[in-house]
Amino acid sequence: MPLPAATGLYDPAHERDACGLGFVADLHRPASHQVVGMGLEILRRLAHRGAAGCDPCSSDGAGILIHVPHAHYERTLGHAGIELPLAGDYGVAQCFLSPDPATRAAEMRVLEEAVRHHNQKVIGWRDVPVDPTQLGPLARASMPVFKQLFIGRMCPAGIFERTLFMIRKRAGRRAGEAGLEAFYIASLSSKTVVYKGLALPERLDAFYLDLKADETRSRLALVHSRFSTNTFPTWERAHPYRHIAHNGEINTLRGNQGWMAAREPLLESDAFGEHLADFKPIIRPGGSDSASLDNVVDFLVAGGRSLPHVMMMLVPEAWEGQPEMPAERRAFYEYHASLVEPWDGPAALCFTDGRYVGATLDRNGLRPMKYVATRSGFVVAASEFGVADFEADDVIEKGRLQPGRMLLVDFERGRIVRDEEIKHEVATQKPYAQWLEGNKIDLGDIDRDLAAARTPSLAAGERQRRMRAHGYTREDLRVLLTPMATAGEEPLGSMGNDAPLAVLSERPQLLFRYFKQQFAQVTNPPIDPIREKLVMTLTSCVGGEGNLLVETPRQCRLLELPQPVLTNDELAALVGGVLGDFPVRVLPVLFDARASDPGAALDSALVGLCAAAEEAVDDGASLIVLSDRSMDRAHAAIPVLLATSAVHHALARAGKRLRVGLVVETGEAREVADVALLIGYGAGAVNPYLAFEAIDALGVDVPRDERRAHYVHAIGKGLLKVMSKMGISCLSSYQGAQIFEALGVGQETVERWFPGTPSPIGGIGLPEIAREALVRHAIGFETPLLPMSDEEALDVGGVYAWRVGGERHLWSPRTVSALQKAVRLEDARSYEEYARAINEQGDAPFTLRGCWDLVPAAEPVPLEDVEPAAKIVRRFATGAMSFGSISKEAHENLAIAMNRIGGKSNSGEGGEDPARFLPMANGDSRRSAIKQVASARFGVTAHYLVNADELQIKIAQGAKPGEGGQLPGHKVDEHIARVRHSVPGVTLVSPPPHHDIYSIEDLAQLIFDLKAVNEEARVSVKLVSETGVGTIAAGVAKAHADAIHIAGHDGGTGASPLSSIHHAGTPWELGLAETHQVLVLNGLRDRVRLQVDGQLKTGRDVAIAALLGADEFGFATAPLVASGCVMMRKCHLNTCPVGIATQDPELRARFAGAPEHVINYLFFVAEELRALMARMGFRTLDEMVGRTDHLAVRMLNHPKAGTLDFTRVLQRPNAATRGWPSAQPSWVGATEEALVDAARISLKHKEPTTMQVSLTNADRAFGARLAGELARKHGAEGLADGTIVVEASGTAGQSFGAFAARGMLLVLEGDANDYVGKGLSGGVLAVRPPARAPFKSHENVIVGNTCLYGATSGRLYVAGRAGERFAVRNSGAEAVVEGVGDHGCEYMTGGIVVVLGATGRNFAAGMSGGVAYVLDEDGTFGSRVSKATVALEPMDAEDDERLRALVEEHVAHTRSARGRAVLAAWGKRRFVRVMPHEWKRVLEIRRTA
Amino acid sequence: MGDPKGFLRVPRVEEDERPIDERVQDWRELVVPGDPAQVRQQASRCMDCGIPFCHQGCPLGNLIPEWNDLVYRGDLAGAAKRLLATNNFPEVTGRVCPAPCEASCVLAMRDEPVTIKTIERTIADELRDAGGYAPQRASERTGKRVAVVGSGPAGLAAAQQLARAGHDVVVFERDDAVGGLLRYGIPDFKMEKDVLDARAAQMRAEGVVFRLGVSVGHDVRGDQLLHEFDAVVLGIGARAPRDLPIPGRELRGVHFAMEFLAQQNRRLAGQEPEAERTILATGKRVIVIGGGDTGSDCVGTSVRQGATSVAQLELMPKPALVRQPANPWPEWPLVLRTSTSQEEGAERDWSVSTRSFRGEGGRVVALEAVRVVLEKGKMVPVAGSELSVPADLVLLAMGFVGPERGGVVEQLGLALDARGNVRTDASGATSVPGVFAAGDAARGQSLVVWGIADGRRVAAGADAWLRRAPLTRTGT
Repeated sequence: MPLPAATGLYDPAHERDACGLGFVADLHRPASHQVVGMGLEILRRLAHRGAAGCDPCSSDGAGILIHVPHAHYERTLGHAGIELPLAGDYGVAQCFLSPDPATRAAEMRVLEEAVRHHNQKVIGWRDVPVDPTQLGPLARASMPVFKQLFIGRMCPAGIFERTLFMIRKRAGRRAGEAGLEAFYIASLSSKTVVYKGLALPERLDAFYLDLKADETRSRLALVHSRFSTNTFPTWERAHPYRHIAHNGEINTLRGNQGWMAAREPLLESDAFGEHLADFKPIIRPGGSDSASLDNVVDFLVAGGRSLPHVMMMLVPEAWEGQPEMPAERRAFYEYHASLVEPWDGPAALCFTDGRYVGATLDRNGLRPMKYVATRSGFVVAASEFGVADFEADDVIEKGRLQPGRMLLVDFERGRIVRDEEIKHEVATQKPYAQWLEGNKIDLGDIDRDLAAARTPSLAAGERQRRMRAHGYTREDLRVLLTPMATAGEEPLGSMGNDAPLAVLSERPQLLFRYFKQQFAQVTNPPIDPIREKLVMTLTSCVGGEGNLLVETPRQCRLLELPQPVLTNDELAALVGGVLGDFPVRVLPVLFDARASDPGAALDSALVGLCAAAEEAVDDGASLIVLSDRSMDRAHAAIPVLLATSAVHHALARAGKRLRVGLVVETGEAREVADVALLIGYGAGAVNPYLAFEAIDALGVDVPRDERRAHYVHAIGKGLLKVMSKMGISCLSSYQGAQIFEALGVGQETVERWFPGTPSPIGGIGLPEIAREALVRHAIGFETPLLPMSDEEALDVGGVYAWRVGGERHLWSPRTVSALQKAVRLEDARSYEEYARAINEQGDAPFTLRGCWDLVPAAEPVPLEDVEPAAKIVRRFATGAMSFGSISKEAHENLAIAMNRIGGKSNSGEGGEDPARFLPMANGDSRRSAIKQVASARFGVTAHYLVNADELQIKIAQGAKPGEGGQLPGHKVDEHIARVRHSVPGVTLVSPPPHHDIYSIEDLAQLIFDLKAVNEEARVSVKLVSETGVGTIAAGVAKAHADAIHIAGHDGGTGASPLSSIHHAGTPWELGLAETHQVLVLNGLRDRVRLQVDGQLKTGRDVAIAALLGADEFGFATAPLVASGCVMMRKCHLNTCPVGIATQDPELRARFAGAPEHVINYLFFVAEELRALMARMGFRTLDEMVGRTDHLAVRMLNHPKAGTLDFTRVLQRPNAATRGWPSAQPSWVGATEEALVDAARISLKHKEPTTMQVSLTNADRAFGARLAGELARKHGAEGLADGTIVVEASGTAGQSFGAFAARGMLLVLEGDANDYVGKGLSGGVLAVRPPARAPFKSHENVIVGNTCLYGATSGRLYVAGRAGERFAVRNSGAEAVVEGVGDHGCEYMTGGIVVVLGATGRNFAAGMSGGVAYVLDEDGTFGSRVSKATVALEPMDAEDDERLRALVEEHVAHTRSARGRAVLAAWGKRRFVRVMPHEWKRVLEIRRTA
Repeated sequence: MGDPKGFLRVPRVEEDERPIDERVQDWRELVVPGDPAQVRQQASRCMDCGIPFCHQGCPLGNLIPEWNDLVYRGDLAGAAKRLLATNNFPEVTGRVCPAPCEASCVLAMRDEPVTIKTIERTIADELRDAGGYAPQRASERTGKRVAVVGSGPAGLAAAQQLARAGHDVVVFERDDAVGGLLRYGIPDFKMEKDVLDARAAQMRAEGVVFRLGVSVGHDVRGDQLLHEFDAVVLGIGARAPRDLPIPGRELRGVHFAMEFLAQQNRRLAGQEPEAERTILATGKRVIVIGGGDTGSDCVGTSVRQGATSVAQLELMPKPALVRQPANPWPEWPLVLRTSTSQEEGAERDWSVSTRSFRGEGGRVVALEAVRVVLEKGKMVPVAGSELSVPADLVLLAMGFVGPERGGVVEQLGLALDARGNVRTDASGATSVPGVFAAGDAARGQSLVVWGIADGRRVAAGADAWLRRAPLTRTGT
């Protein structure tokens, strides 16, 4: 049942999954079948969170974990004559065995042997009864044989579970050794048993007949329904695992696995004794992130820690900088931070060992977990409300788990154990605080003056030699270091990157430049490191670790660094031995600069270095400093990344890595990406000594100490951004996690020195690496130095912008001017000149496609037989550029051009003026066919959504994948503000993630929401190319997107951090090829259209994209150049002299583009393409898609490009392009369909209607279809308030009232899940608890997370608490709610929020507009507010009146007792007004104007 | 970029010239040095473009945005360093360059380019006024000897670069002063020659030895140089003028422009020519054939010598007054330009082909010409358009055809290209190992700025050859 092996660009290592999960526990009664039934019902009701692949009857996996059903087994085995001991005195091994009888027999023997080896008793085997007819064909074809082995206890009860664990481990290892790869034990315990597989969740009990039996009784049922990104049937990847079930993704998996492996040699345990050898590797290779985490939980629990303890140490809550947390708990976390790094990433985890069942969330709380407790003794927790039915008066508590919190049910104690209580219990087991006090080393204790005396600065000449030898350029000083040192800011750039990849550059490149950052998209969210900094930490611990299985004070004898950049003085102090019993060994990382065979010299230097490092550990060093400081004329620096990774991995392989800390002192590292790479490949701290020297020598007017501090700060800020792109919060988890891919480094080199790093195209090896290092070295040490400034001494650079004598760029004076001449004069020869300059890259390629030739057909077709250009251009789209980033003139010019030729323009993320939805007088249209739905949801109203042919969900953008953005207030003029539903002058922040997409099933939900509003529009999802994107795309296809857009890393028209433009993502050639291949392999290719963009410039580019698998093509920069852009790369300054990237009216007046220019360009491209098609023998573009047999790798006379291996990129998957027919789901629920029918008359005649409906959590996006219909008929204005009234009851599914338009009033009695009022567009929503509910409304949660996300107008009244991120990015809705979770009113830019109860942390983070009124009963609200952009103020009379009216409305709609009480005591309650600074300023200006 | 919106706030203001009536009375430079405050304001107009099209325009790749920024910030010393990093003689180019950088400036899209040339000259002059050109002596000597033949822009630039790289450089110049065409080709009203003396002094201080009055090819044989030096760099220019072999060419009063211009320059340097070889425009009707820069220089010189009339004839048609659509920015605008000399009083005529010179008593008195039109790339006479123009002095300013023959090129046995220039590779190496050629000698007739650029490029090539090292791109 393993996944298919890697083929082409597909690699099973990239698999992702997500899901719905939950548990039910019965605290009052003995085991019952009812609980099993309730568990299965949860599965059924969460079915929409799982997925089915190309075969609609084979699910991605579903499962249930229950207490061992003793009665059932006793009876069924009794029939076979086997007698079971008493419950608890035997274990059950739930086995997946081979269908082949001989193999199966061998597997059974292995397990029996393991049982006997551990001196337990083999009682007998039982066939697990299943009904294969319940499965889809794919699942059936891959179905294993299910058998249970019953094992009698022959040891003390206290160690029986551990013994069973050891049996399982031994059997697993022996099976592996015997080549029995498929053998799998789903569970082996005396307490619990797991039934899981590829049955649809709703048919799980029809498949596993045991589950139907009345005697199958349990007090516990833990269930899981999986959504995988592939369609390959893998039975063992279904959850639950032995201890956990997981929704989310572990972003730091590679690092966690690596560190765990590194810890193995240090493990010792009395309990396991010599059997420990059976356990290694602790993490079974090839498992998913969840399976790996389960392996570790499993191991640590068996090792003696309690399950809650293990969960707390592996998935700790955010504890740094949390003054309100009890001291002993902080100490617990701090102590464990020196033992193990967090398993970081979005996670809702349910866990159980039979005694405890619980759930916990990661520190960010990015997956939902709701729970209900009843008077009758049930506790139900699940991804959604509404998964179990209870009488309204039975429910005594409703809540949702908060970030980092734990919900624990203890069957022994027979009650819920609260987060505070269990954590207090665990944290006080040992005197952790005392241990830390006595052992932890603080860098703050260093005597800096003493250190400074030891580190004199380099002389200018020596500094310049070294700067040259390390490849410093003038650009490094001007563009990178100056802004960092003077303002602590990361440098910005714009217009993407059009310089060659490092491996194609003819200039010697730092090894750093061959590595590209990876980032999160769809399957997990990036984080906002600025506004959500409370979960982020740069703290790292450096030093040797100990045995994970024991707890001793000595294990925290580590150096704790608040951030990983060491100044020169700090490093000198460390090396100088200020830390006493913390031996430091400095190892030079140099190689012979005069060797006749540089590659061999480098190789032997590395081998020697690794040996020296091992020796240092053996000698007892606590810290190794890898240093290239001692370089000189005869000794060149080893590229420090290579040295670091080599030592890290060599020590890990030798089992010595965790006995020592690794610090890097280097002249090579200078920018954020460099430091991130060093940490990502194992360094604990970095001292970029030469960067500090360079900064000291800069001619800027800032004191030296400040420059250094600014620089350290800027690197730290950048690191947080790099980490957050991958959704990682803790530096300790990032360290060694290798979240990079290599682009142009050879397979062999990667395997040897950077194991585990994807390297899709091979590339250079040590000889080339050494040669580049030596060329630099010679420039530094072999050319004469004149007395001159640093800038004069250095190479010009020219990487960030074209410069004479600098790096090559595709956009050059020549290509820009030739293209502009071509489109303005309709001059085909000038276009040819342009296209030739770009296409004919000869022996000096810029791009991967520049390394290939098109293969002509043996028999070309006549040009006139090729489909006409007018047809081809319909496949063209212009890029997503927001109105705001570019001017109205430029934006509308593109739209008019594309509408004239039947292509598509893209609104970008800034909304669109409704006036553009109407045709112009001359017949032209300014309407963007593609409307983007991006993370900020600016102007995403029902009306906007119904005026689109395509809705594009932008997950990431090429220039800065994994990041948000902002439009500074000074760029927001009246018009932009109106379109974005904001006010002029207020800064508008786009969050890094979509707050309604933290995982793949969330994306499926958003697609559902959009289809619910506008079923006619096709939905596309925009991803950015990186290794693994194909797997993500398969998931997106399964989430029912119609199109997938792959953007290259090099595109980008707006401003972005330079480190993102240059160091994140990969070229589209790779992402596109991988996506096409993986979709074909999965039988999903014909479900979606593939679009591509990223520096597409010519017909040849389009041809190559089509051959790699694209159906449609996007252009952004080139149409702008056609419209007059001259690549000023000043988009972020608002000074564009050609009126494109500016809002300045004077500059906009200079815009000289015309639709004809864009049209001429696209037709030139199409005609060029046609000629190529004719030559290759294609009559239509459709015939070309995926035909990589027409691409040939050119022999290149280039020292580096010649090493590339494109086999995997150009591979054609060995599968039919056509797959299984797509099962289109219904985009509107039955309940809603009836609703829309009933409302027809109202919609037509604007007459009032009232309807009653009953909802369940399967009724998703309720109201969205009605909103869409309303917006189509009545535009943005809608109908009079309350024209259509819906009285609903029950539990609403996700996205209740999404995009509800003006004229709609939806009143829900019951509760609702996440995303209530998402995109609210004028409608009114009210949610209230049932009248009989015994709980107090303001103490219980009745709506989920992320309500009112992107709402633009309308009102929401909630008689209860809401979850996290209430009113996130609200720009106009008004709301009353009785309590909110963390991050309330985040990024809000308008509207009013009234909170009549408690609030969580980080309230108002990034809030720039609107007002919140919070009832602050205990006076503690202020401590939970993020005050960067807002002030807390008392209310004035105007507020009082407005607030009172809102609360009265609230009471009228919800009958809230809380609201009534507040009104009754009006004037006595203390409300605090939360007022954004910018908003206040703007309001004041307006008032006085 | 100090002021991102400078280009919006500050209009282009060009440098002032002395009034015509005044300036034609003397030979001093006609441009009025810029007011530093105004120059600084002008520098603020630079936008620090993502693609600095000015770089493309400038063969030297002058770091125009960088020094503009420094000038704007008031750091003229810093600006000078940045300017000198790519240009050995900005005081020259700041005076005589036609400034292709300005034509390709992004602001030239709307005919309002940054006044780059004025800013350049201001920086260079400030530097000189602030204490002269400090010598930059190499810290290490290589012991290699290099001969540079010719002290025009290419030779001087190559010599200075090679000396700074640590080589022992000897420059051979056949004239009695350093500068080649810079000294004797360019009239003083465009560039006074003390700027060359200052540079020569700096180069001597940097170790360059000048051997003046030594003509390689005559006084020293080329192959002899190869024995005495490790490398030879030829910067001998393309001094063979294009002739007009028509009836009457032999008449007295018909001269090559360069003879005329050089004589005036020598005269100003205190060297009166022999009486019988004197060419003076004083009291004469002067006709200049050729509409280029040299022709203009002849016009300005004739006016100052007191010609009774000056006319300039051009074979090509009269250019348009404004840029034509087919000739868009950033191409060099093919429009009618009027030089400062032409402003001083020259009648200009276009599409005129001279057929013969008419003489009386062996002296030219008129020239016979015909109007032509351009048809399929050929100049075709217009029937009945013949004209006769009276002339006492005819100056031929029709460009140059290549390096002079019969000298060092032959002695070294250098291969030539199809146009008769010395054939070189990208590093400047000729067909003979150790011999390099730079500037017009290899490129053909061109601008001063190209000469400097070539000199630098070839110096780098020669340096790498001498060190037997691969060419690496380090600072510019």
